[in-house]
Amino acid sequence: MGLHLLEVSSVVGHLIGWNNNPSEGLDVNARIIEKLNIFGVEVWITETIVNTWIIMAVLILIAFILRLKMKNYKYKPSGLQNVVELAIEYMDSFVRGAMTDQYAYFGNWFFGVFVLILVSNLSGLLGFRPPTADLGTTAAITLTTFFLIHFMGIIKGKSGYFKGYLEPLPVLLPINIISEIATPISLSFRLFGNILGGMIIMSMLYMALGNLPGIFKIFNFGIPAALHIYFDIFAGCIQTLIYVMLSMTFIKDKIPD
Amino acid sequence: MEGMDPKAFVLGCSAIGAGLAMIAGIGPGIGQGFAAGKSAEAVGRQPEARGTITSTMLLGCAVAESTGIYALVIALILLFANPLIDKI
Repeated sequence: MGLHLLEVSSVVGHLIGWNNNPSEGLDVNARIIEKLNIFGVEVWITETIVNTWIIMAVLILIAFILRLKMKNYKYKPSGLQNVVELAIEYMDSFVRGAMTDQYAYFGNWFFGVFVLILVSNLSGLLGFRPPTADLGTTAAITLTTFFLIHFMGIIKGKSGYFKGYLEPLPVLLPINIISEIATPISLSFRLFGNILGGMIIMSMLYMALGNLPGIFKIFNFGIPAALHIYFDIFAGCIQTLIYVMLSMTFIKDKIPD
Repeated sequence: MEGMDPKAFVLGCSAIGAGLAMIAGIGPGIGQGFAAGKSAEAVGRQPEARGTITSTMLLGCAVAESTGIYALVIALILLFANPLIDKI
């Protein structure tokens, strides 16, 4: 009975291009490229890590080129300086809007986070596996936000920070602690789930389109492009914006007025 | 149940579970629709505040979306990284 079911589902799977064999089916996990052994600890070099390195290298290269090209800061901007100033001013007003003028210096940090996440999300367009489609990346970025939330809370709030855990009632202390732990989890899972969901739908679509017979191959035109615009460009940009905005809101929440 | 491949049974039940988990998608759908409708009303009433309304709505939508994303993650784990299949 069991075998029979598997056979039927594999026939259906072949029709829509889904291979039911778990060993060679749709694999959404990041491929492991190399297994290193560093002092007895096994370290996996996955696709995510390599893609992150590539993105980091490209971003650092762009930063160096911009710095070299803009050696002479002009009072009246022109050309490249216009573009750079536009990006910086946009980020600056974004941070000032979310965190008030007093904490505008957070723009330095969040510009980097913004660019890294944005380029990671958009890298799916070039055929990379987006690094943000791995919980490791989003959790690592969120760990910095988690640290910032509580660091700023303790520095600026002093004893009020610890008193905040006992409000409105001291009995609610465990629930307050759980809600503090839930913040980074929901932040990282939101970004991860959105990008991974888009990536899975795109790879399922490509699998289905690859097996089309004869005249139906016409569907290969246009449909992937339209879905890429939604899942990669639209969802990627919106999720980056939301991630940065929510991070700033959480940090601002811990700082007393 | 006699003669049934336990692996097939677990895989089938996992697929059903993934489908059931995605029922949670109803919640964010209603919530985001509500937020979008209200923000459309707000823009209609005060067109000059469009920018602020849009960013506030996006923030609210993102928070409302969390439960849907949790369901998605659970469904994906059941489908692609099934922890139950190793226990047979």
